[in-house]
Amino acid sequence: MPHRLLRFGLSRKHPEPRMFTRHDSLKTGYDVVIIGAGGHGLAAAYYLARDHGIRNVAVLDKGYLGGGNTGRNTTIIRSNYLTPEGVKFYDESVRLWQDLAVDFDLNLFYSARGHYTLAHTDSAMRTMRWRAEVNKHYGVRSECVDAAFVKRGIPSIDMTCGGHAPILGALFHEPGAIARHDAVAWGYGRGADQRGVEIHQQTEVTGIRVQGGRVAGVDTTRGPIATSKVLCAVAGFTPRILDMVDLHTPIYVHPLQAMVSEPVKPWLDPIIVSGSLHVYVSQTARGELVMGASLDPYELHATRPTLDFVEGLASHMLDMFPFLSEVKVNRQWAGLADMTPDFSPIMGVTPVEGFFLDAGWGTWGFKATPVCGKTMSHTVATGRNHPLIEGFTFDRFARYQLTGEKGAASVGH
Amino acid sequence: MKILVCPLNGPRPVSEFAYGGEVRRSPDPDTCTDAEWSSYVFNRSGSPGVKYEWWCHIASGFWFIALRDTARDIVVETFPAEAARRGLPPERAP
Repeated sequence: MPHRLLRFGLSRKHPEPRMFTRHDSLKTGYDVVIIGAGGHGLAAAYYLARDHGIRNVAVLDKGYLGGGNTGRNTTIIRSNYLTPEGVKFYDESVRLWQDLAVDFDLNLFYSARGHYTLAHTDSAMRTMRWRAEVNKHYGVRSECVDAAFVKRGIPSIDMTCGGHAPILGALFHEPGAIARHDAVAWGYGRGADQRGVEIHQQTEVTGIRVQGGRVAGVDTTRGPIATSKVLCAVAGFTPRILDMVDLHTPIYVHPLQAMVSEPVKPWLDPIIVSGSLHVYVSQTARGELVMGASLDPYELHATRPTLDFVEGLASHMLDMFPFLSEVKVNRQWAGLADMTPDFSPIMGVTPVEGFFLDAGWGTWGFKATPVCGKTMSHTVATGRNHPLIEGFTFDRFARYQLTGEKGAASVGH
Repeated sequence: MKILVCPLNGPRPVSEFAYGGEVRRSPDPDTCTDAEWSSYVFNRSGSPGVKYEWWCHIASGFWFIALRDTARDIVVETFPAEAARRGLPPERAP
């Protein structure tokens, strides 16, 4: 055994650099407390420290880093949305993704594959044209393509989808990409940690103190913290945090399930989405097929996956790719999706001064990780909503000004 | 396969049912404020809890009410829809 390894093994203090610093205790106060050490929370911490010089920040998580929806999504990155607000926002995110690996000095396995949203009906084709036109207007590379184009791009697909859902065409979005989701959380976490942000895992927030309409502090399982700014980035746990500050939102929580196959030889280059068949699928660098479907049909705050889901999704996969019938499913899991009625997030300032929300990320949050970090750090630092999130504000429901993105959701939920 | 007990058809697989959301009471539209009305239209009780919910047995088109723990997915009891008119008993844990 090499001497260095032996010394490392016997040492009480690990001398090797770790990904993050472990902090034994909480400080009595921080400038900003971020609840949720997922991609969004850590990205906000990273940009607060890097771009706004706010380094006295604690990121708290009741579980472990990246253990929520950051580690449970199907890693698809795209900006082919439907509303101008959505397209501009997600396009900025795709732009930020491009040099993120260099920023972090960490391989994110960012892989631009091209993204097909299949249309099986005339009405779906109409939505694809609508999305393509809005996208092109804002400089996003999306186009409506015919069936022959789809067949050239995905030679192995059954164009009739088992005879009951023939493919008429698709929305083709060239910049569509996948990335290694855990690395995104680790990259932002390490970058924030290096700039002085404290990450506290296994630290649950049990209450938020509000005095005179302003945030005064946070109570945790490891003691109280004084702070005047709290950013809530907890996805499916958002309603429980909102109860602590007595705020009401339209957010409702349904589980979203996904599954992954055994690794097979690379055969699927692009990302395929079919709204009618409730499928989205891509093949990872390891060869596994990562597959997702629509939301579970009713409210539930548990992440136990079901056999119904695997049966339904597998049968739709076989409609498109019948030759996969011998391929085995390796894993399945669920995450808690914080849904909104217009399929857009709820972001920015709230009626409680110092309480900022990055929520309502339902089934569409992973791709937005960088831009959420950017815009929320700006919002927390200045106390005013970033211009890119003005379509997603907390008060839009009271004004009946929704930002309807349901038509751009990957599958008809 | 989860089983839900329909008050009309007895125990049936949950895939035969559609979820209709929480049982909610509308404020009087003539007297309530704009804020109360928009809150009624959009806001939901998003936290887990024991809630009264609308469910429909799709095959028979029968709507009824279930008292369900949304944290653990345990149905405590189901009632015919008329129970809502008579007034539901207070929510209680399973």
